[in-house]
Amino acid sequence: MQYDKKAKELRAEVLKMLYACQSGHPGGSLSCMEMLMALYYEVMKHDPKNPQDPDRDRLVLSKGHGCPALYAILADFGYFPKTDLADLRQIGSHLQGHPDCTKTPGIDMNTGSLGQGASLGMGLALAAKYGKKAYQVYTILGDGECQEGLVWEAAMAAAHYKLDNLTFMLDYNGLQIDGSNDEVMSLGNIGKKFDAFGFECFDVDGHDIAAIVEALKAPVSGKPKFICCHTVKGKGVSFMENESGWHGSPMNKEQFEKALSEQEV
Amino acid sequence: MGKSLRVAYGEALVKLGAENDKVVVFDADLAHATQTCLFQAQYPERHFNMGIAEANMMCAAAGFAHSGYIPFVSTFALFGAGRAFEQIRNSICYTNCNVKFGFSHSGLCVGEDGGSHQSIEDIALMRELPHMTIFVPCDPAETEKAVMAAAAMDGPVYIRVARPVCEDITGADTPFVPGRGNVMREGTDVCLIACGLMIPVALAAAEKLEAEGISAAVVNMHTIKPIDSELILKMNETCKAIVTVEEHSVIGGLGSAVAEVLAGNAGARFGMVGIQDKFGKSGKPDELFAAYGLTAENVAATAKGLL
Repeated sequence: MQYDKKAKELRAEVLKMLYACQSGHPGGSLSCMEMLMALYYEVMKHDPKNPQDPDRDRLVLSKGHGCPALYAILADFGYFPKTDLADLRQIGSHLQGHPDCTKTPGIDMNTGSLGQGASLGMGLALAAKYGKKAYQVYTILGDGECQEGLVWEAAMAAAHYKLDNLTFMLDYNGLQIDGSNDEVMSLGNIGKKFDAFGFECFDVDGHDIAAIVEALKAPVSGKPKFICCHTVKGKGVSFMENESGWHGSPMNKEQFEKALSEQEV
Repeated sequence: MGKSLRVAYGEALVKLGAENDKVVVFDADLAHATQTCLFQAQYPERHFNMGIAEANMMCAAAGFAHSGYIPFVSTFALFGAGRAFEQIRNSICYTNCNVKFGFSHSGLCVGEDGGSHQSIEDIALMRELPHMTIFVPCDPAETEKAVMAAAAMDGPVYIRVARPVCEDITGADTPFVPGRGNVMREGTDVCLIACGLMIPVALAAAEKLEAEGISAAVVNMHTIKPIDSELILKMNETCKAIVTVEEHSVIGGLGSAVAEVLAGNAGARFGMVGIQDKFGKSGKPDELFAAYGLTAENVAATAKGLL
């Protein structure tokens, strides 16, 4: 697995999209890139020619504001033409500001209102168990999102129903809109919390695709899985890294050109 | 023979469960209060108790609907429509997801539990949501028909299920066509448009008026959304006055729905410029204002159309 070049290409697409629409969320799109790559390029069973395949694995990007990263990957697989990416967030585009499964091929679930994706993922996994289906459900959570009570309602239900077909992945970059998690509302020991809720817990470097894949493929039985992915907000763009101010700020021309130049292989 | 509408709801789910194996039922630790326990007894593997966590229950049901099932979700009206409003909005109505809601203990009929548990806002909240259909059945037979109609249609449906024992008012043969109110009594002076538990109240009021020489019609408006505009306008022609009767706030419920039809089509020259029961989408604010008619041109055109 050698994805350095691919990661840079995808980050360049994200930067181009966000510069074009002069809105959106660079920091959190860049931090979850390798998590999405591990899923789509290595682990998930999915077919760009048949996005509605009932037996496909499902991805719920609960931190829906990170969708530019997901759109770049879906376009790379040919779910829709790469030229569509230029229309992100524009009126009439199928690429909405937050994922919309009724508009965009390859999107499995609408998200964006924080906390709901955790619960929707749990619901999909419970439905799969009920229907005796073999597919897996992966949900990517933001760290600030874990301040939502709904995440913990979903976690309780996931353990109660022994959903070992459900994986929660945390994009743990430590930053949210108003500052660090610890400044705004500390998550405490988030791994211990999920452990106490009955999850099988893993802790990985969220930019190390091999490590993420290993955790994703680790067998579990009778318990949902939680993978704490330690990431860097704004990863791959020197002046955005670890800066909460880049959660939702547009780039000017100079910043865009510098950011893009850092993606050259 | 009368029975509680929640019992009628529970029995209808059992019947539906036998006819349609896609039907599953969710409850939030109120299976005995909502009477989904009847379904649970018959189909234990198709009944999911989600604990006292209504928001999570809504998203769980959405997950099932996205997997091809037809979930019926039950709790008290206040905790469904109120507490979990945004889950219903974003995880269900925004995608026109095929989830049905049977919320019991609506309105004042919760009685002794008091104001904290009496949902007088649920119709208003659910009516606001694009794609939502709303039924307010008045008796056991109509409750069963509402459940069957909800299952037969695609998209979210809210059924308001009252708690008290209700006498039979309609019969097995009374039509139940979604979006079509039933005239229960003809009259020429005043038309009483009612729903749910207020149907017997409206019928009794019509008797009183009749005794005083006033001819009163009664309409059972079992579907609040989509509202039967045609019937409302017809009754407005036939009768000199209209009174709405509902066990719900006068703001946002049946009364408001009828007023919107009358104000927009009869009586006052009145137009409403705003978002016409649709969700938003991505775009620049000025482009969206234009796309949704929030422009000086559209305001002027609406005004001119009324003159």
